[in-house]
Amino acid sequence: MSFPWANEYKPSHPFMKWMDEKLPLPRLVYNSVGGGYPVPRNLNYFWNFGFLALICLTIQIVTGIVMAMHYAANTAVAFETIEHTVRDVNWGWLFRYAHANGASAFFVVIYIHIFRGFYYGSYKAPREMVWLLGVVIFLLMMATAFMGYVLPWGQMSFWGAKVITGLFGAIPLVGEPLQQWLLGGFAPDNAALNRFFSLHYLLPFVIVGVVVLHIWALHIPGSSNPTGVEVKTESDTVPFYPYYIAKDGWAVGAFAILFAAAVFFFPNSLGHPDNYIPANPMSTPAHIVPEWYFWPFYAILRAFTQNFFFIPAKLMGVLAMFGAILVWFFLPWLDKSPVRSGSYRPTYKKFFWFGLIPAMAVLFYCGGAPAEEPFVMLSQIAALYYFAHFLIILPIVSAIEKPLPLPYSITESVLGHDEGAQLRAAHGATEAVHSDATPAT
Amino acid sequence: MARILSILVGLFFTVALAWAFVNGAYIQITEPTGPTAEHEFHLHPKDVHFASDGPFGKFDNQQLQRGFQVYKEVCAACHSLEYVAFRDLAQLGYTDAEVKAIAAGFSVPGVDPNTGESTMVPGTPTDYFPKPFANDVAARAANNNAVPPDLSLIAKARHNGPAYVYSLLTGYRDQPAELVKEFPGSKTPPGLHYNPYFANLNLAMPPPLTTDGQVEYSDGTKATVDQMAKDVSAFLVWTAEPKLEKRKQTGWAVLGFLLFATILGYMSYRSIWADKKH
Repeated sequence: MSFPWANEYKPSHPFMKWMDEKLPLPRLVYNSVGGGYPVPRNLNYFWNFGFLALICLTIQIVTGIVMAMHYAANTAVAFETIEHTVRDVNWGWLFRYAHANGASAFFVVIYIHIFRGFYYGSYKAPREMVWLLGVVIFLLMMATAFMGYVLPWGQMSFWGAKVITGLFGAIPLVGEPLQQWLLGGFAPDNAALNRFFSLHYLLPFVIVGVVVLHIWALHIPGSSNPTGVEVKTESDTVPFYPYYIAKDGWAVGAFAILFAAAVFFFPNSLGHPDNYIPANPMSTPAHIVPEWYFWPFYAILRAFTQNFFFIPAKLMGVLAMFGAILVWFFLPWLDKSPVRSGSYRPTYKKFFWFGLIPAMAVLFYCGGAPAEEPFVMLSQIAALYYFAHFLIILPIVSAIEKPLPLPYSITESVLGHDEGAQLRAAHGATEAVHSDATPAT
Repeated sequence: MARILSILVGLFFTVALAWAFVNGAYIQITEPTGPTAEHEFHLHPKDVHFASDGPFGKFDNQQLQRGFQVYKEVCAACHSLEYVAFRDLAQLGYTDAEVKAIAAGFSVPGVDPNTGESTMVPGTPTDYFPKPFANDVAARAANNNAVPPDLSLIAKARHNGPAYVYSLLTGYRDQPAELVKEFPGSKTPPGLHYNPYFANLNLAMPPPLTTDGQVEYSDGTKATVDQMAKDVSAFLVWTAEPKLEKRKQTGWAVLGFLLFATILGYMSYRSIWADKKH
């Protein structure tokens, strides 16, 4: 679906006409990321991160395929094959560092993308499916990244795998057999390494599939925008090409500069030194920590230090860690405010900036810190706020909050006036493409 | 209904966390955990700089050769260098003939060409540095139950690796009297050596660099303990990442290109949007 004023694909070259009849792939591209896709004109730079995420996924798949050409998923040689890649393969060090830092870049981009969604209410109708698919992508990314980190078979690879697969052991009754089934043994070993490699190669392509669905679902209502007011008339939009291709294009350049700076000048600063020690099941590292992008959820896991009624602390932690992400699935129905954008929601905005963001920051910090006081108590407070924010504060705030008046249209928010649309509205001729939920003022 | 359900689930997690917090706070108040000897006396690595530091860093081949000499004459007695081959030494500025001679100076595991039996043969440039011990059991037996770690990656396998290695090598001292006074149970056990740069303060490795002139540098540099420690640390930066120099040089070329491309991209963005207020 698209807006009635969307440009139509009109091939002029005979070959393109022929192609359009047989396989209208150019038409699909034109309507998805070309002149045929009208996009709100007022998107800010937070709307560049979807495109950047796609770039990151591409970097990971390309560098990953090259890494796989030199890697052997065998506990006896896995570590050595990575060292061989870095030392002896032409440009191997570049592929290795780009792949390892590419995972971090992907998560930086995706966290900004997700928090853009939180702030601007991107998850709300009619874009619930876009959001749900996005959460699925995030879960797949976490699984892929976790298994990828195990592959070099360093100390943190091994012990991280042991801790995380150990979480399944907390499930009552079936936990232990399930854990052994997942690992193919009692502890991570060759069987686990092999299947992790197999899945680490598979899942990125599953992600590609879900990304296609994510973009498809997005193109039905079209992109949201910082005002949260839906597109009304042609003057609210610009065609994706050339406008947003140009904007995304230079954003990719800016991203690439930061990424290159990390890869070429600080390639190891986000990794843990212990992973340069080959895995040794007989020697436990002083502090077992996952990669930085898992820290908030790791902090939540470790925040549950007390049995709660009949539920063991470990099971509580596991429930909470998965629950912390699963709660995102319910967001479209927990947040009932008819106003999308946080910019017009004074109360929600305060809870976002002074509640959720600091809580996430504390969880990030504590997840990377050793499991000692005061970090445990700090993460307990932050995790408490995290759950309260989504499950208690959001439903209540969205029910009682008095939103600020919304602009009539995107055009009005940009130009200060929108005569065209108002003239037509006065004549009763407006056919709003999507009815906006008007806040009760 | 959905709202009530969500608030109930929210209360479940928040009350569980509040309960854990109260318990944690109670334990903190009733049985506060005192400081440990490691907490009080462990030192962060010294502030030391190497030619390879920073975005423009380059290896100082002269220093790497000295560092290699220290490794060969001191460290190699106990520590392996598994991922480094003799051929790699050409990068330090040794000629092919010198590399061959260095390799031939080591015995590596091989096969007797006449009998097919395992034996030791002189190394060739394609061989890797041989391990000083046959296996971990042998290493433990010879080293007071500690396995000397492989050194190829040590500069990347420790926080602030190069400075850590240098600090450790120059950080041996007598255990401070205050430590034993404050933590009577923390006296350095026999066979271990006090070193505040080591995580748990007591290290199985005896001080390896003890006297000035322990190795004899051919380039005339005075082989003080400090100098030898610095040189071998610089050498271990190289063994951990022989491609470091190439990485940084490539980085500048890539950044230059990206900067140019991004400026062009930004300018076309400005020109395309020039007529559109947004």
